Amino acid sequence: MNELHPITPVNNGATAEAVVRRHRLSTRLWHWLSAVTVIVMLMSGMMIFNAHPRLYWGQFGANLDPAWLELPQFPGWATIPSTYDLAGARRWHLAFAWVLGATLVGYLLWSLLNGHLRRDIVPHRRELRPRHLWQDVKDHARLRFPTGAAAAHYNTLQKLSYAVVLLLLLPLLILSGLAMSPAMDAAWPWLLDLFMGRQSARSVHFICAALIAAFILVHVLAVLLSGPINEVRSMITGRYRLPPERTR
Amino acid sequence: MIDRRRLILGSGSALLLGGCDRLNGNPVFRDVLRSAEGLTMRAGRLMSDRAALAREFGEADMSPVFRSNGTRLPDTAPYGRHLADGFANYRLRVDGLVARPLSLSLAQIRARPIRAQITRHDCVEGWSAIGKWHGVPLGLLLKEASLSTRARFVVFHCMDELGGRPYYESIDLVDAFHPQTILAWGMNNRVLDVPHGAPLRLRVERQLGYKHAKYVERIEAVESLAGIHGGRGGFWEDSGDYEWYGGI
Repeated sequence: MNELHPITPVNNGATAEAVVRRHRLSTRLWHWLSAVTVIVMLMSGMMIFNAHPRLYWGQFGANLDPAWLELPQFPGWATIPSTYDLAGARRWHLAFAWVLGATLVGYLLWSLLNGHLRRDIVPHRRELRPRHLWQDVKDHARLRFPTGAAAAHYNTLQKLSYAVVLLLLLPLLILSGLAMSPAMDAAWPWLLDLFMGRQSARSVHFICAALIAAFILVHVLAVLLSGPINEVRSMITGRYRLPPERTR
Repeated sequence: MIDRRRLILGSGSALLLGGCDRLNGNPVFRDVLRSAEGLTMRAGRLMSDRAALAREFGEADMSPVFRSNGTRLPDTAPYGRHLADGFANYRLRVDGLVARPLSLSLAQIRARPIRAQITRHDCVEGWSAIGKWHGVPLGLLLKEASLSTRARFVVFHCMDELGGRPYYESIDLVDAFHPQTILAWGMNNRVLDVPHGAPLRLRVERQLGYKHAKYVERIEAVESLAGIHGGRGGFWEDSGDYEWYGGI
């Protein structure tokens, strides 16, 4: 993907710009499928959480046990369905869970085979040097997004956040979700050992979901700030216009 | 600009939510969501040993207080009479597709082989409690009654009513003959108390709490669930569209 495939030749001079093929088909498909799926999972998940808005650590936890977090119920505009309906929310959540799991496994395998993960997602060692990372943080804080040829690649913070979502948060969400199933706990007892109990798994599930929600917020904000039409178009058609080099 | 954006976002989320609620009520879409239930059950059983045991814990792992929920005190007249005479006239009937129907007193049930197990109870709402259960394996009673080869489900008829409708539940033969599926008459080293389902309740350890019928007075072996009450195999399945397969 991130090798430059110029579609229009680079002009000479200060206004040099080029259109590159930024996102391959599998990435675009997975992105939009996941956009819908993850939103449905978050909204139906909040309705399920509303049935018992308390979180515990350990194997058990109910009303008379100490909770590490107790929240008011999420409002109707944030949940699927919009009025209290645990059974309905479970129907949505447990059906879309299949879509989430199948598309994630498919996309990860495909991205492993075609090199997308290694080449574009997992940061190189030199990118993880403190000085480089710090420069990336400063650039983000100043909203100085990459331009020219550098914009054809994901920057380091971007790679890190995608890697965390793809390789850590989504797999953890699926595994902790399975660990809440009494049938799966019998089938795969290691799930309980991995999370050190069903209620711990429920807490991990909630924390990972909250982190995914935070990621979506930052992700959408970054798209809005870095040229929303160009960014969204690149995720639909694959074509991305490289922002012209900044004249310092 | 901000107001316009807010307007677009606001109407977007209203449209999304309105759309989700409409989809939630659409019978075709609902059937699509429901199809995940069979997929989940089949996939779970495919991936694991059908006799895989739910985790059993030690006495030290038990919840200090095992909360009760659902019916805590059945308010029907027959149950009142049982309470008054200490279940002296209580009989458990095992009938339906069996060659030798049974009618057993509590003393007769307690005289049968006992299985004791410390297991985790998972409510569909999200909380868990760990308790110790003492009872007779359901499979023993079904063998004693000579279950017909035509039988596919076991229905539990209960003495409590919710909103004027009797509680009932059902499981298939995989779970009915599972070694941890017992009819419990004792809990936490005492005789089972009323809030937890006295005199006899089902434990079906690889499924969620609402499947664990309390106040059981009759076990009926059937070929199909279609003719029983609402036809979906359980009180919450009929009244709230909860999954018949409560393994997840």
